[in-house]
Amino acid sequence: MVETTPLVLRKAVPTGPAVGTAPPPVTRPRRRPATRRRLELLLLLAPALTLFVGFVLAPIAVAVYYSVYRWNGFGPLDDVVGFANYRQALSDPVFQHAIEHNLVIALLSLVVQLPISIGVALLLNRRMHGRAVLRLVVFAPYVVSEAVTAVLWLLILQPGGFVDEVLRDVGLGHFVHLWLADSDLVLYTMFAVVTWKYIGFGIILLLAGLQGIPAELREAALLDGATGWQATRFVTIPLLGPTIRIWIFLSMIGSLQLFDIVWIMTSGGPANASTTMATYLVDRGFRRYEFGYGSAVAVILFAICFVFALLYQRFALRRDTDGALTRGLA
Amino acid sequence: MNLRRRPALAASTLLAAALLALTACSSSGGSSAKKGGPVTLTWWHNATTDPGKSAWQRIADAYHSAHPKVSFKVQPIQNEQFTTKVPVALQGDNPPDVYQQWGGGALATQVESGKLMDLTSATQGWIGQLGPGAKGWQAGGKQYGVPYDYHIVGFWYRKDLFQQAGITGAPATIDDLKADVAKLKAAHIAPVAIGSKDRWPDAFWWEYFVLRECPQATVTKSLAAKSLDDACFTKAGEDLKDFLATKPFQNGFLGTPAQQGAGSSAGLVANGKAAMELQGDWEMAVMPALATDKNFADKLGWFPFPSVPGGGGDQQAGLGGGDGFSCTTKATDACPDFLKYVASASVQRQLVQAKAATLPANPAANDAISDPTLKVVLAYLQKVGYNQLYFDQALPTSNGQALNEAVANFFAGQGSPKAVADSVKQGGS
Repeated sequence: MVETTPLVLRKAVPTGPAVGTAPPPVTRPRRRPATRRRLELLLLLAPALTLFVGFVLAPIAVAVYYSVYRWNGFGPLDDVVGFANYRQALSDPVFQHAIEHNLVIALLSLVVQLPISIGVALLLNRRMHGRAVLRLVVFAPYVVSEAVTAVLWLLILQPGGFVDEVLRDVGLGHFVHLWLADSDLVLYTMFAVVTWKYIGFGIILLLAGLQGIPAELREAALLDGATGWQATRFVTIPLLGPTIRIWIFLSMIGSLQLFDIVWIMTSGGPANASTTMATYLVDRGFRRYEFGYGSAVAVILFAICFVFALLYQRFALRRDTDGALTRGLA
Repeated sequence: MNLRRRPALAASTLLAAALLALTACSSSGGSSAKKGGPVTLTWWHNATTDPGKSAWQRIADAYHSAHPKVSFKVQPIQNEQFTTKVPVALQGDNPPDVYQQWGGGALATQVESGKLMDLTSATQGWIGQLGPGAKGWQAGGKQYGVPYDYHIVGFWYRKDLFQQAGITGAPATIDDLKADVAKLKAAHIAPVAIGSKDRWPDAFWWEYFVLRECPQATVTKSLAAKSLDDACFTKAGEDLKDFLATKPFQNGFLGTPAQQGAGSSAGLVANGKAAMELQGDWEMAVMPALATDKNFADKLGWFPFPSVPGGGGDQQAGLGGGDGFSCTTKATDACPDFLKYVASASVQRQLVQAKAATLPANPAANDAISDPTLKVVLAYLQKVGYNQLYFDQALPTSNGQALNEAVANFFAGQGSPKAVADSVKQGGS
């Protein structure tokens, strides 16, 4: 939008009053001297830019700076170790497992949460009794804060806690496990809690996407003899594509940065079986006071997220934003 | 009262990264107020709830009325937040004047900032009253903090459950303890509760075995050198391994928090779901909030960590620590004077009576302890040859936390006795 107006103006000025219909006649081309435009830009962008530079770019730069030091946060910054912190992080099996755990969560989100989200969103998009209430219920966990969610589930999943009792009461006693204490299971428990917490967000997002799809398209398909499933599969879901791609993006970034729930429920344990990159970073940085090393881990985490975001923008989101954001950037 | 609750939970990745980055952004150069003029001491302590919160406020008010020129800005801060707030504050130019201090290697690490006030000369006239424990707040031979209470770790046990299992007396040796575990199991009672999720409760076990296996001189020397190479440390790990083989803990102990909710290790003992727990004297203050049975205190008893037959260490040595305060260089002489006031017998009595401290640092206030079980704990603390500071506190923070993690992994069945002892060398990045 911002870009189109000056484009039209620039075109209009040399051609003069339009003959034909294409460009709207510009009777009084307003002169906007370059200095004034720059001043406007500066004025309008300055507040946002200051915040962005001060609270986003500068901390990243400082983290990069710290990451080449060995530093406990108290003494002077004088022990330069170069890339040793990065080498140590990338060769630490605990951190390698942490990356793996993040990827497992990301993959599971994709194959478990996405189909459920789409299914529930399609259902909740139909006219039915109690739809508003159901939508509210589905969305409720997302409103609860991470800390509350984690403490809640920590108590529910204790041995002999609510989950175990319910399983026993319905005759599934053999299904009772040590949800948080079993190293082989704890990551999947974390995933279940994360799913409970965030799936409502995905559903609401997809519902919004569904409401942007004109009903006529589906009607037309049905009139042409498509079955309900075919209409969904070949009309609705493709048109939901942009929303799904945005959800995948948010979900992947969220999975890579997963922290609060894991930190509160297990602190990454037992025996680092549920450590994520972010819990590892906080553990090394703030628990061990290895701030240089922690910064290096933070930079690695940032790099992973950044590269993913760039690639995803380039290859997946591009088609959705093409023409709006990417014009002239080819 | 160091409840040693789990570390801060609110930080997100971004916040953490930003904090990491912002830690040293601010320039130094604090301004110290003029001597003699009115001053305001900013005071960070960890009693965010009553009874501690109002007890400390009363003490600040009383000191202010006796010294009208000294006012306080009291800022209670969550215990877990100190680990993040203190380094940030000490790097900045506006640290608090007085703040919570647990001594040991963490204190020595903080001294590196150059922002801690050397209290050696200001305290030398009276610090002796607090006994040898006050040495825990020294670094490089200088006094950088003053304790207001001491802690010791031991077994809190349920007299009723012990009786039910046919156990008549407290175990004197580790073999007695193993026998008691077997008896409790036979009676279908979870013998020992532990909050392994928090790691540090695991470390108490390993450290006590070390104290029983290693002479005091070896422990002191090895901790100072950050290298636990003596064979006795590995031997302690083997003792622990033998004990773990009896499977003494509650079901799912690896995921159990120490102090959070009725399902925590403290809650299990308070509610009679487990027979004993190796924890600090502060458990008496943690349990009331978790217990459904309000008379639980009558059913609790205490005994020290048993001896290890054949061990080369002090069979009576205690493991513990304490809470205290440090002054920063920003503060005036009013700060050490205030710490002297806090350490005085009358204020110490107030703290104990208000339950803001369990075992006072100044023994002159011991008579204020009324609970019979706590009197047992106090008697032991006074009897022990030496009370070793928790290793994670005695070591520099990074080495101490690396040790805690290795012990916790050992409880989860990973690593070896040798690997646990070696883990201390990992820290220091």
